[in-house]
Amino acid sequence: MLQYIGRRLLFMIPTLIVISIVSFVLIQLPPGDFLTSYASTLSQQGEGIDNAQLVALKQHYGLDQPVTVQYWKWISNIVFHGDFGQSLEWRQPVADLIWQRMGITLALTISTLIFTWLLAIPIGVYSATHQYSKGDYFFTFLGFLGLSVPSFMIALILMWVAFRYLGQDVGGLFSPEYRNAPWSFPKVINLLEHYWIPLVIAGLAGMAALIRTVRANLLDELNKPYVTAGRARGLSERKLIWEYPVRVAMNPFVSSAGFELPNLISGFTVIGIVLSLPMHGPLLYRALQSQDMYLAGAYILLLSTLTVVGVLVSDIVLAWLDPRIRYT
Amino acid sequence: MSQEITALPQTDILPPDAPAGHIAATPAATETKVSVASQWQLMRWRFKKHKLAVVSLYVIALLVFVALFVEFLAPVDPDKDAELYKYVSPQGVSFFDQNHDFHLIPGVYGLKGSRNPETLRLSYVPDKTEWHQFAFFVHGYPYKMWGVVQTDIHFFGLKNAPPDTPFFLLGSDRLGRDMFSRIIYGTRISLTIGIVSVIASLVLGILLGGISGYYGGPVDVVIQRVIEFVRSLPQIPLWLVLGASLPAGWTSVQVFFAITLVLAMIEWTGLARAVRGRFLALREEDFVMAARFSGASERRIIFRHMLPSFLSHIIATLTLAIPRIIIFETTLSFLGLGLRPPAVSWGVLLQEAQNVQTVALSPWLLMPAFAVIVTILAFNFMGDGLRDAADPYGR
Repeated sequence: MLQYIGRRLLFMIPTLIVISIVSFVLIQLPPGDFLTSYASTLSQQGEGIDNAQLVALKQHYGLDQPVTVQYWKWISNIVFHGDFGQSLEWRQPVADLIWQRMGITLALTISTLIFTWLLAIPIGVYSATHQYSKGDYFFTFLGFLGLSVPSFMIALILMWVAFRYLGQDVGGLFSPEYRNAPWSFPKVINLLEHYWIPLVIAGLAGMAALIRTVRANLLDELNKPYVTAGRARGLSERKLIWEYPVRVAMNPFVSSAGFELPNLISGFTVIGIVLSLPMHGPLLYRALQSQDMYLAGAYILLLSTLTVVGVLVSDIVLAWLDPRIRYT
Repeated sequence: MSQEITALPQTDILPPDAPAGHIAATPAATETKVSVASQWQLMRWRFKKHKLAVVSLYVIALLVFVALFVEFLAPVDPDKDAELYKYVSPQGVSFFDQNHDFHLIPGVYGLKGSRNPETLRLSYVPDKTEWHQFAFFVHGYPYKMWGVVQTDIHFFGLKNAPPDTPFFLLGSDRLGRDMFSRIIYGTRISLTIGIVSVIASLVLGILLGGISGYYGGPVDVVIQRVIEFVRSLPQIPLWLVLGASLPAGWTSVQVFFAITLVLAMIEWTGLARAVRGRFLALREEDFVMAARFSGASERRIIFRHMLPSFLSHIIATLTLAIPRIIIFETTLSFLGLGLRPPAVSWGVLLQEAQNVQTVALSPWLLMPAFAVIVTILAFNFMGDGLRDAADPYGR
């Protein structure tokens, strides 16, 4: 097992290096380097930047040196000092900006994951045990819809419905009067009023896929002789289904769990932009619009790393569940 | 297996899981019909079983028809703005003219603007003193069909109406442009980008997937690593970055091709995997071995024996890739990082609906979303049906 984990960790290193190169290339895509645009933004705003400072920054990021050296400076600053560079637009270190939004991003993502699982598993089991019933058809249809309709459209339509019929302004996580208020009970209520919309939108797409997986896996499992044998021995239907086949059907599920988290974060990018949530999505979007490339590059790097780590974690869990995988 | 196949020809009458008793009624006739049927015939039979897929096929045929003849079908010039008619709500169609007389061919009333005394917002109400009947094959704005035929004939329009008569079947937008005509124009670009990207990714996918699956060994390992790498990148942020990095000065044609390429670069991995998987499975099949023993050349084995037997799978995979690409494009354009005006795609049209306040006042701006949803559902259902039909000997 340890050997397997070690091997997987080793495989991860080249992937991460390539990811960092790709992210760096993305930073370099817009014309001009970051300092020139930084200086020009500053002078546009009437604040000069003195030459000594400029030279110091130039040396810090190695901008007067070839691209390979620049890359090395960039990546070593990140790896050894946690310094992702400066955001042009916010005039703050990129790392600070990202950490500010990490909390809400993780909270929303994890609660969405829990929400989808809590709903998708019972629905999937129901669909499988009541195959071709009206309920099954209903959920299959819902699943198709959830898979087909882009999340930003669900967000748009839901926002319109909430605005029109519930009289609720659904953008953001708080109503304006609570945005800067200290934490209090009404503020929590206000948060919950806004929280469900992104939860449902992001959950719907993931849920559709999960329901279909659970249903298909469980259907395969239900036809196996051990289920019949259990039934013949008089096991209660409830125990018979939940105790064994569901557990086996969950196996491929685990493999997707590690993948699901980064997927959700990626999916929240667009939803966050549409609903203007204080998450990473709108920040990345702004960064891209204003060519704030250090910020954008850092995001791509972080999100890709998260995906790779997520895949690794799910692979390890899977190997731990199913010993056959370790030896292939 | 043979028993399963006997059930196929009668599928128009029988549900897929009909009891065997029904088949026994005409066993001999069915048996011969099935055994002489070609692979494509079997697929057609199986495809017909999936009712939704068949309906979707007609929907897609209609969409393609619309995309081909947009200029002819759109009654109003999509770029013509009307200073006087901004945010007009959809005009109702009426069978009764200004004198309350019934007509078999309907028409629309004129519009008159009125300002709400409280909000000062301009809104439009039907002007019942004016009624314009629809007519087919009318003269409208001039256009060049496929850049060749210069004409001004449109499929339908208003009969004998002066050129500036308001005609907004699905309302108008911020600049007073006709949403109906714009959605029709959007069909062309949205569908083309889906199909062109899929073809581009197919070329990449077949080439790399085929090489990977056919040769195996180190080539395979390298290509597989590349595929895994591309798939491990967070897709949505990546499109955003690539979309944002297109130079601002590019023309809409350049942006169109760049976006097509961006989408294809991400999409090809799925197709390459499908092709490789098929190649690997088929390489071990007896008929490939038999062909090799009979001294067939590699090229002949690939194109004559292997390709036809996995072509159907590839077509199914392609059909399922198109809706995904349409979603990508719509999302990118909606965020303003994809196609840019004056190009008209459904995503570009939805940009107008970014603001909730605007949408709440003029909900018809969401109409392109329904065009997208119908298209995506149709492609998904058809792909589903094709996937089931792709393997007529299976199950």
